[in-house]
Amino acid sequence: MSAAGPIVAAPVAISDWGFLFYRIRKSPLTVLGILMILTVLVFVAFAPWLATHDPNAISLRARLAPPSGAHWFGTDEVGRDLYSRVVFGGRLSVGVGFFVVVIAGGVGAVVGCLSGILGGRVDTVLMRIMDVVLSVPSLVVTMALAAALGPSLFNAMLAMAIVRIPFYVRLARGQALVIREMPYVKGAYIFGASNWQVLRWHVARNAMPPLIVQATLDLGGAILMASALSFIGLGAQQPTAEWGAMVSTGRNFILDQWWYSAFPGFAILFTATGFNLLGDGVRDLLDPRQKGR
Amino acid sequence: MADPSRVVLEIRNLTLRFPTYGGAVHAVNGASIRVDAGERVGIVGESGSAKSVTSLMAMRLLPEGRFEVAGGSVALCGRDILAASEKEMVNIRGRDVAMIFQEPLTALNPTRRIGRQMLEVIRLHRGLSGRAARDLAIRLLGDMRIADPEQVFGRYPFELSGGMRQRVLIGLAFSCEPKLIVADEATTALDVTVQRQVLHLLRAKANSLGTAILFITHDLAVASQFCDRLYVMYAGAVVEEGPTAEVLGAPAHPYTQALLDALPERAAPGERLRSIAGSVPDLTAELSGCAFAPRCAQASAVCERRPALIPTGSDGHRAACWLAAKAVQ
Amino acid sequence: MTHSPLLVLDGVSVRFPVGMDWLGRPIAHVHALNGVDIAVEAGEVLGVVGESGCGKSTLANVLTRLVKPTAGSLAWTVGARQRLQIVFQDPQSSLDPRLPVWRIITEPVFLREHRTVADLKRLAGDLAEQVGLRREQIGRYPHEFSGGQRQRIAIARALSAQPDVIVLDEPTSALDVSVQAQILNLLADLRRARGLTYILISHNISVVRHFCDRIAVMYLGQIVELGPAADVLARPAHPYTRLLLDAVPEIGRSLDAGLAIADTELPSNRRLPAGCFFRDRCPFVVDGCERPQSLAPFAGLTADNHLARCHRAADLVEDIV
Repeated sequence: MSAAGPIVAAPVAISDWGFLFYRIRKSPLTVLGILMILTVLVFVAFAPWLATHDPNAISLRARLAPPSGAHWFGTDEVGRDLYSRVVFGGRLSVGVGFFVVVIAGGVGAVVGCLSGILGGRVDTVLMRIMDVVLSVPSLVVTMALAAALGPSLFNAMLAMAIVRIPFYVRLARGQALVIREMPYVKGAYIFGASNWQVLRWHVARNAMPPLIVQATLDLGGAILMASALSFIGLGAQQPTAEWGAMVSTGRNFILDQWWYSAFPGFAILFTATGFNLLGDGVRDLLDPRQKGR
Repeated sequence: MADPSRVVLEIRNLTLRFPTYGGAVHAVNGASIRVDAGERVGIVGESGSAKSVTSLMAMRLLPEGRFEVAGGSVALCGRDILAASEKEMVNIRGRDVAMIFQEPLTALNPTRRIGRQMLEVIRLHRGLSGRAARDLAIRLLGDMRIADPEQVFGRYPFELSGGMRQRVLIGLAFSCEPKLIVADEATTALDVTVQRQVLHLLRAKANSLGTAILFITHDLAVASQFCDRLYVMYAGAVVEEGPTAEVLGAPAHPYTQALLDALPERAAPGERLRSIAGSVPDLTAELSGCAFAPRCAQASAVCERRPALIPTGSDGHRAACWLAAKAVQ
Repeated sequence: MTHSPLLVLDGVSVRFPVGMDWLGRPIAHVHALNGVDIAVEAGEVLGVVGESGCGKSTLANVLTRLVKPTAGSLAWTVGARQRLQIVFQDPQSSLDPRLPVWRIITEPVFLREHRTVADLKRLAGDLAEQVGLRREQIGRYPHEFSGGQRQRIAIARALSAQPDVIVLDEPTSALDVSVQAQILNLLADLRRARGLTYILISHNISVVRHFCDRIAVMYLGQIVELGPAADVLARPAHPYTRLLLDAVPEIGRSLDAGLAIADTELPSNRRLPAGCFFRDRCPFVVDGCERPQSLAPFAGLTADNHLARCHRAADLVEDIV
């Protein structure tokens, strides 16, 4: 029936840059988030040029030096420049975040969409498996895996990815269940589409927006968790520069040399906050009901 | 002119804008609508004509901050709606004016039984409770020809058919004996046999209480059967108004004529239907001249100026078209 | 119009299980279709009318093979290319918002055979022009089009598979009157140019009257009346058809004219009524209505293919004339 009203609900076209820009501008927190993430990404991309020292160069004459003109964030217990280590550590932390989210999101999206489309027994079995994974505290799983496979950053990443998969599966499945009922999907089956084709052409595309939001929000969390794992010694190992590991070592000096833990800690806080703000912004952007505002 | 004490709703020269990314949308452009006590007034028009937006302003139901009143006034029972506070509006809605929507399912809370929802509304607006409220609710359902009101009371909205839900909501709308009910495409989603019944019930109840009805629809046939007077809207303005039989029987505006001509029943089976060329104007720009002129076969240079509503000669029938003016002379 | 059946439905019934007991056995069934017999003739426009719950949409699902009949059969005559496509009611949700229009139009093609992108775009452009869109528009996304244009896209999509039959499922009920006229004209043109057969499912009697050669009136999963459009609409033989036609709003006709029923609630389709399905609501009920009725010709008919599922059909037709 002819629906009346001035508010047109249509998904935001990704191609519509002008509109996207207009919407982003209206939300100062999203702008702040984008600026924070851009700052982090610039440091990650240009670490070798932005660092003032070799992050692993030991200088025993300048051990635990406070922040100064020569060492902006001070130095650590073997005289390495903390500023340079924070800059290089960002590469690792952000890289870990992206890796975890991409693996978990990718696997979760495919499994979840399939589960939703196929339904029936496949769906039941997959969802019960996910329930099992979900029912164990994620840090415990991660620690168990890290302990079993040996403490290394790669194993930590793998563990973190596995723990996160169920969240994406649930999200993608929920989306698939809704999309499956849309007339265009019904049409696709009439036009002769297989389940796989429906997944590829319709479900995957339309299930994407909430997954992207989840992934963006998750990036901050993954970086925090990577840092936490390194902090308890199950992630990055010495002498690799990594924020969590640096905070962890700096803990021994926290009373006299505050800068050791403070700067990498601040970097974690900054990055995680940035991704959270960005994630909230993206969620609002991709909400089709917002069109026209 | 009508007796001012009998005017229930008076929308005068209402001009509304919606600020959006593409610039302000000039949604309503000087619409004037009057509803007298006990009258059934229809607003007809196609999507984009702003018929719903205009009627929602009778209750100021548009989301605050999303629109700008660029001019005009809305008076309900003599009170300035545009100046009323939100608190006053809460009082006015439901007591002086009630609303019936197209999809009754969304107007009811899906998790609560029909009875509780009805009693709550009655308690809120009528101050009745207990036995009295329950009696009233059951009487309302009975008036809506609901065979077993007690049983419907205990049901959840999803357990009722669309027609039944709409009857419950109509009953509820009458619970406070409002002076005006705004029905926005209230029967559009219903099957024709159910629609007919609902229209009958709505008409009978409104007559017995002297309630005026502002009936918004895209269906000219339904409007023809239900309304005493019609307003035809196009691009946010009234292009024609008058008694239903006059407007649909002897349309004075080319748009009304074109709408009627496009109906399948106006052509012989298999014959080509007459559609309206072109599309609705872009409302992000300020309208200059007649909004329908670009699609009008009879447009001329004079249409670059916007015509006011001009009496066509018969009582209360007016059209915003220069041709109508010529016809009168 | 030729009289060669293209597609024959023979005693098609569909029931869906509802609710399960603890052993996973269905507690009850919804009887959506109850023995539909109809032969769709090549080149005709067959209108299917009825109100919600009458089984129209299940019929569309059977025709498009989304639902298998529980009993009965759907058979194509030999030689027909067996291609059936569909145009849905809501042009908003029947087009994937995240695919460009050329992908949408060619979906029935690229799902089945491998074609180059250039080839698909050429095909989409040709079809777009045939339905009154511009070739340059095929790179856009659905939300950039108006409701009428979106329905044109849906029609182009149905055409791309070169179908013999197109099921039109309420194709204009989401559109404005002026746009509806455009779409109906387009469908008429395409039918003439391509020799298409349409099955138009609609609740809008004026659209059906204007557009269809033959009409099937459905009630509770059965065809209760079937015949040439002019005959069925001018001389309805089944009480339900009369009731339906009298309820259709018409400009200039009083709301009080014609038959009306007090009880507008449909009987449950979980337990089917015995005898005539319309018995409980019928104003003409007499002895004999408790027996099941069959869809049959009746005395006094003016067209030999006018059938009604009512033993009083002859009296009722008389009554109107």
